[in-house]
Amino acid sequence: MLSIQNGLTHLGRYVQLMGRAISTPDRWRMFLKQYVTEMYQLGYNSIGIVLIISFFIGAVICLQIKLNIQSPWMPRMVVGYTTREIMLLEFSSSIMCLILAGKVGSNIASEIGTMRITQQIDALDIMGVNSANYLILPKIAGLMTIMPILVTFSVCAGILGAYATSLMGTTTVPELDEGFRYQFNQWFFWCGMIKAVVYAFIITSVSAYKGYTVEGGSVEVGKSSTDAVVLSSILILFSDIFLTSMLT
Amino acid sequence: MIKIEHLYKSFEDKEVLKDINAVFKDGEVNLIIGQSGSGKTVLMKNIVGLLTPTQGSIFYDDKDFVALTKKEKILLRREMGMIFQSAALFDSMSVLENVMFPLNMFSYDNYDDRKKRALECLARVNLTGAENKFPGEISGGMQKRVAIARAIVLQPKYLFCDEPNSGLDPKTSIVIDELISGITHEDNITTIVNTHDMNSVMGIGENITFICEGRAEWQGNNKEIMDAENKRLNDFIFASDILRQAKELHDEKKGLK
Repeated sequence: MLSIQNGLTHLGRYVQLMGRAISTPDRWRMFLKQYVTEMYQLGYNSIGIVLIISFFIGAVICLQIKLNIQSPWMPRMVVGYTTREIMLLEFSSSIMCLILAGKVGSNIASEIGTMRITQQIDALDIMGVNSANYLILPKIAGLMTIMPILVTFSVCAGILGAYATSLMGTTTVPELDEGFRYQFNQWFFWCGMIKAVVYAFIITSVSAYKGYTVEGGSVEVGKSSTDAVVLSSILILFSDIFLTSMLT
Repeated sequence: MIKIEHLYKSFEDKEVLKDINAVFKDGEVNLIIGQSGSGKTVLMKNIVGLLTPTQGSIFYDDKDFVALTKKEKILLRREMGMIFQSAALFDSMSVLENVMFPLNMFSYDNYDDRKKRALECLARVNLTGAENKFPGEISGGMQKRVAIARAIVLQPKYLFCDEPNSGLDPKTSIVIDELISGITHEDNITTIVNTHDMNSVMGIGENITFICEGRAEWQGNNKEIMDAENKRLNDFIFASDILRQAKELHDEKKGLK
């Protein structure tokens, strides 16, 4: 009973905070500056990890499919086809966002949490600045803009990884080519984009909430950072079920 | 002028401020003094609106801050400057960017004029040449001076300082006190300083409010404090040997002992 009450209290506070954050910026000039900075910090700085992980996962998926479903009855292009569908529908959109929830979520929660405990947020409030709007909105808008680009990079890197397995002689490039092109449904790409935008909102808003509401010292900031990652990961997985059933 | 009438503040069952009445005058350094845990910071947070009083009124000239709408509070806050105990500078910004921040948010001047104004404020706190440094690269005293420059850049009517000398050596504390006092008199600002630094009390305390266990026990200035008869105030002010001896000398001179 207590945990339900606690959960509802957090939900109410989260909605209130988002109400303050998602409003017209005090100064568009400052918002745009912050927006570009956040896109760079949260998105551009994540390109490396997205490319590396996606490349290797693409290669591994290709190898696993080849090893596990290889049969004289199965067309050879199935390996490429399955790799494409997995990357497009689930890995690049959902699993990559889960990984980014760890990197970006902890970054946001600890940054805002540290600002809270060092009174920087109080300083903004005293100046008459809407601190929630100034700090949180550019992060939400920035990651929601850059996440679809990261997902696209992830799909491309995964497919490149699959091609790389042909160097090991597991498959051939023409077989993979055929599979990658076979019955391509453009909507699946857009499904990934929609999921990316929703997950970007979840990661930034939940992590910002956890950081903004920190009370105490460095231990609490560390805890809020962990909570932000755990909670946004759970919410991503939970919403994945609904989004998948709604979109496909 | 800031006037507080019958102010109460409770946290759940605990009553932290009890019927506080005080007047903070224009163009004077108003000090709030008291032991740690006496309610000074809670009082300051109520005055600036970071906390909402349980009961009572806070008047900024003729405006009751508690009764103002959210928008009116935001507008009034733009007339306030605050120096925090930890300086609360933005880590990701340079010294110049920190001082320019309020101008960037609220001023319609062009970039050159904003920069010029920020540099003037930095010069006023003797920090010319430090504008490209980051808060992590400068000393605690310099951070406090940057905080002062940031607080005065919009020419506020009200200046709040929460333990500005905390963590500073006595010499640097005097520099900070002199800066706060100078700015208050030159710009005719209503300044409220939260402190338990006795050098500040004796040096710049033109209007002192003593808080004890959540009540305003005494109000006067740094000259009157030597002759105050409030026992709790005397126990607090003259706790150190040096000040106790100074008090004894003062009393001897006046023929009280």
